[in-house]
Amino acid sequence: MDTTATPAPLPRPAAPPSPGYSPRAHPDYARTAERRPWFFTRPTAGTGLVSWLTTVDHKRIGILYGISALFFFLVGGVEALLIRIQLAVPNNTFLTHAAYNELFTMHATTMIFLAVMPLSTAAFNYIMPLQIGARDVAFPRLNGFAFWLFLAGAIVLNVGWFVRSGAPDVGWFGYAPLTSAAYSNQFRTDISTDLWIVGLQILGASSVIGSLNFIVTIINLRAPGMTMMRLPVFTWMTLITAFLIILSFPAITIALVELMMDRGFGANFFEVSNGGLPILWQHLFWIFGHPEVYILILPAMGIISEILPCFSRKPLFGYPIVVFSGACIGLLGFGVWSHHMFTTGMGTLATAAFSLATMAIAVPTGVKIFNWIGTLWGGHLMMRTPMMFALGFVWMFMIGGFSGIMHSAAPADSQQQDSYFVVAHFHYVLIGGSIFALLAGIHYWFPLVTGRLVDEFWGKLSFWVIFTGFNVTFFPMHFLGLNGMPRRTAVYDGNMGWNTPNFISTVGAFVLGIGIAIYFAALIRSYRKGPRVNRDPWDARTLEWSVASCPPPDYNFAVTPRVQARDAFWHEKRNTGHLPAHARQPAPAAEHAPGQTQTAHASHDVHGHGIHMPSQSWFPIVTALGILIGGLFMANHNYIGAIGGALLLFAGATLWAFEGPGGYHVFPEESNK
Amino acid sequence: MSLAPAAHTPPAAVAHHDDAAASGIPNKKLFMWAFLASDCMFFGALISTHLIYRLHPPPGSPHPRDIFSIELTSFSTFILLMSSLLMAIAVNSIQKDQVRATRHNLLGTIFFGLIFLGCQVYEFRHFVHEKDLTLSNGIFGSTFYTLTGTHGCHVAIGVLWLILMYIRSFKPADPARPWLALAVAHFAIFLVAIIAGMAAVLGFVHAVEAHGLMGALVEFFNGNMVPFLVTLLALTGLAVFGRYTGPVDFGEPNAIDVESMGLYWHFVDIVWIVIFTAVYLMEYVP
Ligand code: HEM
Ligand SMILES: [Cu+2]
Repeated sequence: MDTTATPAPLPRPAAPPSPGYSPRAHPDYARTAERRPWFFTRPTAGTGLVSWLTTVDHKRIGILYGISALFFFLVGGVEALLIRIQLAVPNNTFLTHAAYNELFTMHATTMIFLAVMPLSTAAFNYIMPLQIGARDVAFPRLNGFAFWLFLAGAIVLNVGWFVRSGAPDVGWFGYAPLTSAAYSNQFRTDISTDLWIVGLQILGASSVIGSLNFIVTIINLRAPGMTMMRLPVFTWMTLITAFLIILSFPAITIALVELMMDRGFGANFFEVSNGGLPILWQHLFWIFGHPEVYILILPAMGIISEILPCFSRKPLFGYPIVVFSGACIGLLGFGVWSHHMFTTGMGTLATAAFSLATMAIAVPTGVKIFNWIGTLWGGHLMMRTPMMFALGFVWMFMIGGFSGIMHSAAPADSQQQDSYFVVAHFHYVLIGGSIFALLAGIHYWFPLVTGRLVDEFWGKLSFWVIFTGFNVTFFPMHFLGLNGMPRRTAVYDGNMGWNTPNFISTVGAFVLGIGIAIYFAALIRSYRKGPRVNRDPWDARTLEWSVASCPPPDYNFAVTPRVQARDAFWHEKRNTGHLPAHARQPAPAAEHAPGQTQTAHASHDVHGHGIHMPSQSWFPIVTALGILIGGLFMANHNYIGAIGGALLLFAGATLWAFEGPGGYHVFPEESNK
Repeated sequence: MSLAPAAHTPPAAVAHHDDAAASGIPNKKLFMWAFLASDCMFFGALISTHLIYRLHPPPGSPHPRDIFSIELTSFSTFILLMSSLLMAIAVNSIQKDQVRATRHNLLGTIFFGLIFLGCQVYEFRHFVHEKDLTLSNGIFGSTFYTLTGTHGCHVAIGVLWLILMYIRSFKPADPARPWLALAVAHFAIFLVAIIAGMAAVLGFVHAVEAHGLMGALVEFFNGNMVPFLVTLLALTGLAVFGRYTGPVDFGEPNAIDVESMGLYWHFVDIVWIVIFTAVYLMEYVP
């Protein structure tokens, strides 16, 4: 281990006994005389399958999100490799055109909605409440519901692989009228587009619900003293992302509702023959779609803004500017959607306006990059794996940003639109950007979540293989695009001059795949026998590292932290030479009544009674099951079945409401005696 | 770490737990505000769609003024606005821990919401059967039904939510007392009241159409006696079941639940005012 850069180790208190997930005895209701029917009996097991199905703990939900997202990341990766095999040589017959369409649609949909977004959500869930010194999110059961809803949406999208009509094949942008009944619904035998519509609706609902929860959590559950301008940058980016989600998803929801009315009930929103305007789809889609790309990148920027200072051993350069530029990007992100529509003939005024606005959005983006470089400048760099991925992010995100500015110029864009140049651009921002940051974040927070470090050798090796593979795959696409190779085409001719770059690109894709495999192998290996860490292995800055153990106890903090400054944990360590009070002291014990709300109360220890924890519940998963069943029937145009699902949804939600938040108390101090 | 049982005191002692929030705004309220912001974008996109197509009608589109019956819609709009008043009173009552008054006003809100829905059902049926405006035979129908139907769904969800809230107000404070059977019975009666009430409202509107208001009053009692009486009976049943039978679990500490429900209800009302103006009234601007 490279510890040369680490300052003198701090005196560490004796390790508290690892609480893990201890049995959750004594939920309030189990002990009262209340007559509860069986379906109101709340599960209390701390381990085992049921405990995971009924969990309301933000850390566990974060882990569930993380594991599912990584799974779908692999699925999306396999889809990508199949696409690249098809494109390796001209006139290839490896895939049919139909299969190719399904693959590129599902690859993009999977990567965006089932891999990058939920991976960010995993970090929002696990890290954000810890960063602000909270015991949980504001609505723990709703949080579980958002996860199960996500899984339901993922299932609906993917069942197409197993049914006759196949997986969705209309592109992740679902352009009408290609998606309308006339072109993609052979008289209701082809449900693949409906699966796409319904799946996205469910995923949208999940994201919005999750985001509402995060917004309330960040605004309301901050520890005392944690003012908005002391929030860790990752939490700030979570907040901005959540706002982007709740404000942009309704646009696609409406677009999908309208499409569903067209396909299922014969409405005419996008039926040109009846006066429908297909361009409306593009507007509604991109009003969502452009903010969506910032939904994918802002969390990544937040992660990078945590890692670079930590591994440069310096505070983040220009914290307020980083925060404001993030907010700026969020705002501007709503005003540039039509840069995806330069070639649709919007008229010169609109084109010029959107061109300008798009160029403007590069400014706050560039500002952030300068801040990161400023953070590195003169720092004492610790070149550990998270840092490597973070530096890779800065470099490659810059390349992606440059090509973004290139096609913000409408005349240039009319050449680049729908060519591989655009493919190169968005992979530089999405893989070089979002994915690199998420891979960095996984390495960075792995010790917090598992209590073990990832092996440095394998981590660095995976970084270099991924970095090489990525650039070999996507850099040549810039040239392919400028030479006119269109995207979304399964077969190309041999005499176009595209053969060599395509072949190189396919080779690169496999190198990238191997790199990802090494990365995962390193994670699994370290999970089982990596060196144990008790706490704070990176000498980090933010509160999530101040918890009493890795992984943190259920209740996060025995005593709610008091925050005096930005980078509170770092300051406390530097100023006092020992760990902050809340990381050492137990909570005083006292009596307290069962809670009326499901919030885990951050302030309880102030009054001197135990910590109120929300009880587990079956209803989030039951309610989500109703939506899954209803959604599958809906996609199949079986409206009776859909109503059945809706009834289950209703029943689940009703019982949920009547179940009450429940709750039990923990008294952590007794363990330290 | 050890887990110890919590001591039990009456729930009233934990009032305002939510208010400990850093911003001073209770969690549920903040949640509702954020959700409504999201819903604004939702209706914004739908209303824009309607207006875009209204400004670019394909040849042969019907003229909305030939279809609408503005008197009825004005009436149902008025009813919906009044329901907001009752909702506000319900919030006010629960904040003063007046459970009975809360119940009555919730019931009133539900009732008015149902009248609004009944009028909408009538309107849809009338437009389809008499005016030949369907979802599929033109772009105007598509946008009109989708927009107003989505709003109707919001009202219907609100009504369901209010019903659940009403039933919840009967859950006894003493956890040992059974109440589930009563809740189920309540819900069943509600269903009867809704179905019969809808039938009565629809019958009444039809009668006004056919015979004018005065004639309808006569006709109404000829043709719609049964649903009307059943509705009355069901409402009486609710009142009987709703007698005071001891302290309830749902009181002033839950005011925030009612209040955030109220925010939703008022929002849906405001959206209707926008829709009523943009879709109906604008058609009457010369
Ligand atoms: C400096 C900031 C950026 C600028 C100026 C920019 C500009 C653009 C423009 C003008 C297009 C449309 C190209 C075309 O279709 O002809 C585009 C496409 C795209 N951008 Fe960016 N972009 C930026 C950052 C990002 C980021 C951060 C992401 C995601 C993390 C992203 C993801 C995408 C994607 C996915 C597409 C293609 C969408 C599709 O057609 O399917 N961009 N970008
Ligand atoms: Cu864009």
